[in-house]
Amino acid sequence: MDTSGGGGHKKGPGVKKGKKLSTRVDLTPMVDLGFLLITFFIFTTTMSQPTAMRLYLPKDVKNPDEQNKVKNSAVITLMLAKQDKIYYYEGDDPSKLQQTDFKKVRDIVVDKKKRTDPKDFVVILKPSVDATYKNTVNILDEMTIDGVKRYAMVDISPVEYNFIKLTEVANGIK
Amino acid sequence: MGRAKLPRKSTNIDMTAMCDVAFLLLSFFILATKFKPPEALSVVTPSSVSTKVAPEKNVVLITIDKDGKVYLSVSDANMPEKKAMIEEINTSKNIGLSEQEKNNFVRIPNAYIGAPFSQLKSYLDRTPEQLMKVVKPGIPAVDSTNNEMVDWFKAAADAFTGKKMDIVVKGDDASKYPALQGVIIALKKNDLMKFQVVTSPIPAPVGSELYNLQQKTGTKSSEQQ
Repeated sequence: MDTSGGGGHKKGPGVKKGKKLSTRVDLTPMVDLGFLLITFFIFTTTMSQPTAMRLYLPKDVKNPDEQNKVKNSAVITLMLAKQDKIYYYEGDDPSKLQQTDFKKVRDIVVDKKKRTDPKDFVVILKPSVDATYKNTVNILDEMTIDGVKRYAMVDISPVEYNFIKLTEVANGIK
Repeated sequence: MGRAKLPRKSTNIDMTAMCDVAFLLLSFFILATKFKPPEALSVVTPSSVSTKVAPEKNVVLITIDKDGKVYLSVSDANMPEKKAMIEEINTSKNIGLSEQEKNNFVRIPNAYIGAPFSQLKSYLDRTPEQLMKVVKPGIPAVDSTNNEMVDWFKAAADAFTGKKMDIVVKGDDASKYPALQGVIIALKKNDLMKFQVVTSPIPAPVGSELYNLQQKTGTKSSEQQ
């Protein structure tokens, strides 16, 4: 590509001809500028919009007769604790708690779900004071992922918290 | 001179095509871009499989920062409600805010309330620039005997009477559970049983129940209720 414009052959004397200028423009600076702006917009753009997870809170029921009854055998309780650890137990005996984490909890929930009558199956979530907000949201999300229809978020009882503390000490988690 | 002469080729390339592509991409990014409003609080939200886009209007936003401090703000489109809220708090708590201080809350976009009632007057006395810099104490919510979020939610519920109000909680990954618990307790006390949690989207894990459901129905929705 010749961008230096016209130029050319010698004409005979006396022949006057206007210089033929090329209509081609050097586009390199324009491309440079274009890509510069693209980079700018790529860096400033926010593609993924934040999403919202809906949560519905249960009403506090004072009267024990009105509370939902669940079968002990159909319940699994997940307790969230320090360092992204989850302690879980089935039924109503917190002394039998076992330790797991967020990677393995799915198998445990799915396994329990398979062993239980779907209309009785309940997961109880108990975030302790050491659990982070992220843990809490992740475990709620896990319920959606595993298709758990009935789950409840309940405050942890001192007895359960004690058991977690003991296990943590035994495992050397500060 | 038996050497064959190679024709000298020009090293110039035709830039037109490249230019076209560059500007096509440029126009795409210009149109697709949405500038982030400057946020006074930087919060890293957890991720979830939820696909519902977070609402932007009629929002009462509760922000929990990484230290577990709680802040409250109302979407900018709802100035009358903002005004009604601050009026109600002012009257019920006898704070004695001046018009100027009330307007500070109403007019400033993204105005975060981040102080207990006792410090609210001096908190709102500042200009927006000063507010950005100042260390905010946050609204007391963790202590069960002094949960000021209860009053704020009451004021918000009253201000939004007859309108749809979305309570949105935006918490930082690193914040601890008690802050969220305090907010939930305050919500329950006001009979506000529905709220939303801001998350960044991730796809459903392959092989999980939700994933299978999405594959079967062909939808991306993760709402089950």
